[in-house]
Amino acid sequence: MKPIWYFVGLILSIMGIVIFLTGIYLLFYPPQIKTILSETHPNIWWGLIMIATGLILYYKNRHKLV
Amino acid sequence: MGAIGLTVIDWIIILIYFGFVIGIGFYLRKFTTSEEDFFLAGRKNSAWVAGLAFLSANLGALELLGMTGNTFKYGMYVAHFYWIGAVPAMLFLGIYMMPFYYSSKIKSIPGYLLLRFDEKTRILNGIAFAIMTLLVSGINLYAMALVLHTFLGWDWNVSMWISAITVAIYVGLSGLMSAIFTEIIQFFMIWFGLFLVSLMGIIEFGSLDQIMHRLPETMNTLWSTSGDPTKNGMFIHWSGLVLGLGFVLSFGYWTTDFLVVQRAFSAKDLRTARTAPLLASFFKMALPFLVILAGMIAIVLSSDPKSGFKLLQDGGQINYDSALPLLIKRYYPTGLVGLGVTALLAGFMAGQAGNISAFNTVWTYDIYKSILNKKATDAHLLKVGRIATIVGVIISLGTAYWAKSFPSIMDYMQAIFSWVNAPLFATMLLGMFVWWITPNGAFWGLIVGMSSSFLMWAGVKFNWFSESLITNSSVQSDMAANFWRAWWAWLICFSVTIIISLFTKKREKEELVGLVKGLTKEVKEGHIPFIKKPEFLALISLIVFIILNLLFW
Repeated sequence: MKPIWYFVGLILSIMGIVIFLTGIYLLFYPPQIKTILSETHPNIWWGLIMIATGLILYYKNRHKLV
Repeated sequence: MGAIGLTVIDWIIILIYFGFVIGIGFYLRKFTTSEEDFFLAGRKNSAWVAGLAFLSANLGALELLGMTGNTFKYGMYVAHFYWIGAVPAMLFLGIYMMPFYYSSKIKSIPGYLLLRFDEKTRILNGIAFAIMTLLVSGINLYAMALVLHTFLGWDWNVSMWISAITVAIYVGLSGLMSAIFTEIIQFFMIWFGLFLVSLMGIIEFGSLDQIMHRLPETMNTLWSTSGDPTKNGMFIHWSGLVLGLGFVLSFGYWTTDFLVVQRAFSAKDLRTARTAPLLASFFKMALPFLVILAGMIAIVLSSDPKSGFKLLQDGGQINYDSALPLLIKRYYPTGLVGLGVTALLAGFMAGQAGNISAFNTVWTYDIYKSILNKKATDAHLLKVGRIATIVGVIISLGTAYWAKSFPSIMDYMQAIFSWVNAPLFATMLLGMFVWWITPNGAFWGLIVGMSSSFLMWAGVKFNWFSESLITNSSVQSDMAANFWRAWWAWLICFSVTIIISLFTKKREKEELVGLVKGLTKEVKEGHIPFIKKPEFLALISLIVFIILNLLFW
């Protein structure tokens, strides 16, 4: 059985990619109604943090079985 | 506030989560072949898995919304729930209680009561726990629908049925194993989905210090105003905090509530089981930086009219639970809104799955096998566990609709815990550490303790007597009343158990080996350096706990 960390890595990576790409899109096409601190582009840096965490967990556990 | 609008991207994030948890249920189905796999996740989990699941079973969305809202209401005193209200109990469980639980190979807490005392004490606790679990599960379901309806404009029935069916599928397929898997995913969803609120608040105000300095004095300290109940937001004296929350409610919940302790039972060996709650204590201590900090940011924002931040009002009363969703709406752009909503959904569903997986175990072993079918085979029990999961979800749905008709039932959640858990902790403590406590002493002590807790609650509710009789204070708050009622219920159960035990038949010492400290030979683990022992981890946790309390004194 795959360890839970494999699945955590997978879901964080997938969600992180969606959030990061949304951030890139919002960078070029800013929404009309802006959220507070939207100028800091939280989608981009938070998405990257999620992808990094997710990939570390995924790669460390991709061949492990428990 | 209008409903938080979700875009296609937000829906994609939510659907990814649903796809994952259902997919995990199906994936784990083929590894769930025995009743031990279903009820105890095969007893093969590492300390990290068991520890995070142990913590996450308690980390429901109701708690996240409620504690952020409570911080808005009571200030930083709410952090006591995460520090003195959890950490000492977790350390006590890992160091002193787990060896008795784990070594006796029990499958549930009522199972320990059977071995230590007798069948009637087990059945009493089993039935009380099963009722409490289904009640709490249903109230959770209702609360989820309420939140989704209020903040997202979702339909009540659709919200309740979709989440109930999802939980029924993945818990029904692989029991505790999938409950634990989804709880760990929920743990990450909550940190990634909600910690950003605190970070954005810090960015907006410049630093954590800036936020603390803008809070009123009654709201930004932990202990320094606890000598006089009129000077802190919670209206409580430090003795009530220490005895009611720090001792009875905390130890009653973290060391005897089967919902959380079941996760530690899934560990692969005794040392791992002991380490699980110790590891969890570190993450518990970190949670105020997510929950309490968000509440404090909400206080600071709402005290500044220029911020445009204001909590919702329901019928002229402030809706404190709206603090966290409003902060999500304030800071999160599209995509992140989906992540924030997923974190709340994950919290709600994992909370429900936790209750259902604990219920199916107690029902199967402590009620069905104990009363209805003593000769049931393992394969039959596995089938009964799956049916109990479905039935538990259906009863939870019924309770949720009942709660919808009587919304004030939500106010009784804390009270329900103090009826069942507070007296039980006295029974367990005496049972594990005093050999001459008798089965009759435990049974009648539990009956009197639970009844007294209920009567104290009813007495105040129906004005039979003044609340100050319980709280010993001229100023009152619901929270202070809960703490003090738990303390008195514990003390009554403790005293009655001892008195009756003095006059009733004791069990032979030989029968209690492995169940009571002093009669049980301690298991030697060979030569292990101190830094690799659970005691070392407990020591570090204790030091961090003391530093945090001094830092925010």
